[in-house]
Amino acid sequence: MRSAAALAAILVAIALQTTLASLVFQGTAAIDLVLIVVVFVAIKSGPVTGLLGGTVAGLIQDALSSGILGIGGLAKTIIGFLSGVLGTQFIVTAPLPRFLLLLLATGLHTAIFMGLYTLLNLRQFEAPWPAVAGQALGNAFVGVVAFTLVEWIPGFVDRRRARRFLKR
Amino acid sequence: MAIADIKQRTGVVLGAAILLHVVLISAQVNTASGLPVLQVVTFGSFSEVQRATMALIDGVRGLWSGYVALQQVQEENAALKQELQNLQVRFQQERAEAQRTDNLRQLLELRDRANLETVAAEVIAGPASPDFRTVTIDKGSSDGLATDMAVISPAGVVGRVILPSGRAAKVQLLIDRNAAAGVLIERTRVQGIVMGMGDGVLRLQYVPGTADVKTGDLVVTSGIDGIYPKGFVIGTVDHADRGAGAYLEISVRAAVDFARLEEVLIVKSVPASRGAIEEPKP
Repeated sequence: MRSAAALAAILVAIALQTTLASLVFQGTAAIDLVLIVVVFVAIKSGPVTGLLGGTVAGLIQDALSSGILGIGGLAKTIIGFLSGVLGTQFIVTAPLPRFLLLLLATGLHTAIFMGLYTLLNLRQFEAPWPAVAGQALGNAFVGVVAFTLVEWIPGFVDRRRARRFLKR
Repeated sequence: MAIADIKQRTGVVLGAAILLHVVLISAQVNTASGLPVLQVVTFGSFSEVQRATMALIDGVRGLWSGYVALQQVQEENAALKQELQNLQVRFQQERAEAQRTDNLRQLLELRDRANLETVAAEVIAGPASPDFRTVTIDKGSSDGLATDMAVISPAGVVGRVILPSGRAAKVQLLIDRNAAAGVLIERTRVQGIVMGMGDGVLRLQYVPGTADVKTGDLVVTSGIDGIYPKGFVIGTVDHADRGAGAYLEISVRAAVDFARLEEVLIVKSVPASRGAIEEPKP
């Protein structure tokens, strides 16, 4: 059930990434909603679900892009696994740890992604660090907000139902 | 496999996922030489496997051929050694046979050339005492041999029969201390007597001091002794000195190698009218 929910979240994130993200954040930071979802799934479900979610998400993302199929998948697989490990070893329920985790995940993901492309002599990245820093901050901010919303919505719905039941 | 089992094998799943991605990336990326990375890596990996396999096979083969199979090689080696020894013996026999054939051929040529009644004989024994230079031949009185018959070889005069028995005979070599033969210098026809000195050297005596004798002159039999037919080679003058007396002191190097006598001819009769032997045909 949790795996199905994770897969659904990934698909939704990809759908949003390919439609809304480019409209909302155009000209600012390139937010990676799929990466945010992978990290969320990983810290909620553990390293295996995280790495499998990262694999699926990354491969779909690669397939929809014009890059090499597998590079994004490998990066997100590693991110999902490490995020899952950190989620099981440390308490990452507060906004600040999650913010730091998303910063770290974005940096590492970018390093793996760019490192593989550079290593394979497929693409050169000139002075990427400002863009990487902006993406990391954007992912961290959006991710923390999204995590809070996702965790708040079920409780809000339950509380609203309970209030309606008491009014009757 | 249940999801719970998968989650307990995190490392395996992670390794499988990374491997999947690496293979996937390699299938799409080319190397600097333009070949797909997957193909290069696969070929390189399998070539190393092939190399390792071949090294293993070579090692096993070397171990087998170098150690295990040596038992058979040892037997083969022994058989080859035995065969080599047999071949060496056979080679020696063949070589001796060839030498013997050559000697006999020379004897036949000598017989035809000398126009003498001869009997071929083989040397079967050497001297019984170092003080006497004699040999024993395998022909005797039953073959018509008699005392004082001349014994010759293709190289020259050997000696004379001194003791014939039924099937063998003793031959006194020309180098024996008691042997002598009437000779002449072929170039100047100067006559003399060759005598053995017992030490392998021949001494030409009774040659007048005024005679013309030079080193290298050929010395042949004169036939005056009634034993050796005329014209057979004795040897060559080694050196000639004018001595204190009326005669020259002349040493002669024998033409026959007495240490290597094997086959000889015994002259049974000397034609009264014969002169020098015919020259060999080229």
